[in-house]
Amino acid sequence: MAEALAIPRAIKIQVRQGWCKGCGICVALCPKEVLSLDGSGKVAVVNPDRCVGCGRCEIHCPDFAIGIEVKEQ
Amino acid sequence: MLSQVESHLRSDRFPHIWCPGCGNGIVLSALVRAIEELGYDPDKTVVVSGIGCSSRAAGYLDFNTLHTTHGRALAFATGIKLARPELDVFVLMGDGDATAIGGNHFIHAARRNIDLTAIIFNNSIYGMTGGQYSPLTPPGKRATTAPYGNIERSFDIAELAKGAGATYVARATTYHATMLEKLIVAGARNKGFSVIEAITACPVGYGRRNKMGNGLQMLLWQKEQAVTVKQAEKMSPEELQDKIIIGELYRGEAPEYTAMYEEIIARTKGKNQ
Ligand SMILES: Cc1ncc(C[n+]2csc(CCOP(=O)(O)OP(=O)(O)O)c2C)c(N)n1
Ligand code: SF4
Ligand code: SF4
Ligand code: SF4
Ligand SMILES: [Mg+2]
Repeated sequence: MAEALAIPRAIKIQVRQGWCKGCGICVALCPKEVLSLDGSGKVAVVNPDRCVGCGRCEIHCPDFAIGIEVKEQ
Repeated sequence: MLSQVESHLRSDRFPHIWCPGCGNGIVLSALVRAIEELGYDPDKTVVVSGIGCSSRAAGYLDFNTLHTTHGRALAFATGIKLARPELDVFVLMGDGDATAIGGNHFIHAARRNIDLTAIIFNNSIYGMTGGQYSPLTPPGKRATTAPYGNIERSFDIAELAKGAGATYVARATTYHATMLEKLIVAGARNKGFSVIEAITACPVGYGRRNKMGNGLQMLLWQKEQAVTVKQAEKMSPEELQDKIIIGELYRGEAPEYTAMYEEIIARTKGKNQ
């Protein structure tokens, strides 16, 4: 299993602030504190390196404002 | 994943009209992922909805969509499926849409076991019209039309569907979004009437009035209240009170309506020749 974890992965976090309504669901459900709300109350990526690509933010965002793409390199 | 999801959205209509934290978008997102997983041809996929906040979902989807009238989505969908049985038809309804004004269409679609996949957005309220109670508002909860608490018992959509003849019945919450997606996939694959109840938050018309907090808090409440079918088997009726049982709840076998109809056509054609 350690091998599987060792496969390098590139994770792309795509946010679309224009669609975000600042509900905070993604911020609260992210297990790694990757996301936050900025001064205008919209989603912002604050710790991109911590993202594990779990996709919880994307599937729970009611506004289609986050996309996670995990690519095995 | 967003790009795949987005390929099925009418992006020019976004941001959508739903309130911040409203669960409707989470159900819509699960539906899009389910259709993607099913690999359906978008040109042969139909999404029919009624009237209500949740029914606005159809307008955001880039399939063949029909935004119909309050309570009548299943009647329109029945017509489509009978005329073009080869199409894959999803029907999106609110709890009021499906079980109040549309209650008769609902039980008869189930009784006929017509091959439609019905997704009921159950937010326990009439969201669009400002928070009147629905047949799914739990007893004691407040609505504009029940300012002192609802005195009516609520339907159990799953039991209603099963009792009326549906051959696939399932329930998930928006917190359990991946489960919801999988249940939609399984329901769509069932050749018959499938009902998937999605428990979803209406923070504005229901949550606020019942002190349940915002969309996020209501989502976390769903997590707390949900028990899986497996867990529920080991629980007493008292323990299950106020709990939300999630997962695949029922599968049955029955002849499917459009197939029976085709058979009749073939038989009578043979007679007339
Ligand atoms: C024939 C008819 N009666 C009543 C209405 C008013 N109306 C619009 S939506 C709605 C109820 C919406 O509740 P629900 O179906 O639960 O959907 P939600 O908005 O909660 O998603 C009602 C009563 C209508 N549009 N048409
Ligand atoms: S994919 Fe998971 S870890 Fe990454 S931002 Fe989203 S919730 Fe956080
Ligand atoms: S869940 Fe979506 S709408 Fe809500 S704050 Fe996060 S990105 Fe914005
Ligand atoms: S009123 Fe309720 S159901 Fe309608 S969009 Fe707002 S939160 Fe959603
Ligand atoms: Mg409703």
